[in-house]
Amino acid sequence: MKLEVLKELNAERAARRPVIIVTDTANGEQRLVKAKDVAADPLRAELAKQLRMGKSGNVEVAGKKLFLNVYAPTAKLVIIGAVHISQALAPLARSLDYDVTVVDPRTAFASPERFPDVPLVAEWPDVALPPLNVDHYTAFVAVTHDPKIDDPALLHAFDRDCFYIGALGSRKTHAKRAERLRAQGAKDSDIARIHAPIGLDIGAVSPSEIAVAIMAEITAQLRLPPKEKEEAA
Amino acid sequence: MLNRDEDILQAAETWQKQGHGVALATVVETWGSAPRPAGSSLVINDDGTFLGSVSGGCVEGAVVTEALDVIASGQPKMLEFGVADETAWNVGLSCGGTIRVFVEKVG
Repeated sequence: MKLEVLKELNAERAARRPVIIVTDTANGEQRLVKAKDVAADPLRAELAKQLRMGKSGNVEVAGKKLFLNVYAPTAKLVIIGAVHISQALAPLARSLDYDVTVVDPRTAFASPERFPDVPLVAEWPDVALPPLNVDHYTAFVAVTHDPKIDDPALLHAFDRDCFYIGALGSRKTHAKRAERLRAQGAKDSDIARIHAPIGLDIGAVSPSEIAVAIMAEITAQLRLPPKEKEEAA
Repeated sequence: MLNRDEDILQAAETWQKQGHGVALATVVETWGSAPRPAGSSLVINDDGTFLGSVSGGCVEGAVVTEALDVIASGQPKMLEFGVADETAWNVGLSCGGTIRVFVEKVG
């Protein structure tokens, strides 16, 4: 690997931007493809597939055996609300390799006794969220049921283009939330991105089951190609 | 691809800047119950110091030896370890899988 390629790879990784290194394993020839350049690449179908799965693999193109090494950032999960569902969701997400942070300004909820081993921020979203560097590789879940906390957090998630945004509440609750967010300047296209009611419909009842439904929906959003994603939702 | 141990790529860059000869070994293919997935890597410098893993400890010793050759020659190499390969059995990929490891010089 040429030093320039290695430097560029490290710079992209530090900036949490996905990269694929394409190597011709017969002769060591190599190039770096940034995620934003995949659509214009001659190997776009293969690259897009590996990138979506976050998985490295081999392809054969025009008699050449190429190894596609995918460097995708670790996905983050930001949970707004240190509630019962979050107590089940945080460890589940960690077992799926997400970097998890729980935000709740209510210190009675955001206590280390209730959330051992999970980074907790007991601040309002306007203070808590900017240092978390919420980005596209972040799943964002708002489950406080309190508009004062959930609404500003959701506006932040729109702004940072999170790959998944979910909010707890029935269709009725969500309709009211959509009205409030619109009044605060949110676009319809942003509001349409919220998964609400949250989680895949698996008949979840208990907080742990709801956590499974949420993680299943996040996984589908992360891994499925766009068309199948619509069918799952 | 395992993000949690990827600061080894940063180490590769640092070693190179310090004037070391450096090689990068990457798992490119696995069959059966190989312990580390494709994309896992190991960096090696000319002292024989290494970071990361390609097999969870089974074949690292052999990979490091080959990597020192690659640092000296500059020519990339494909290594294969598996149960069918007696040397590999000796170095102990006892989990029953087969892996191919691409070794290249950095710089």
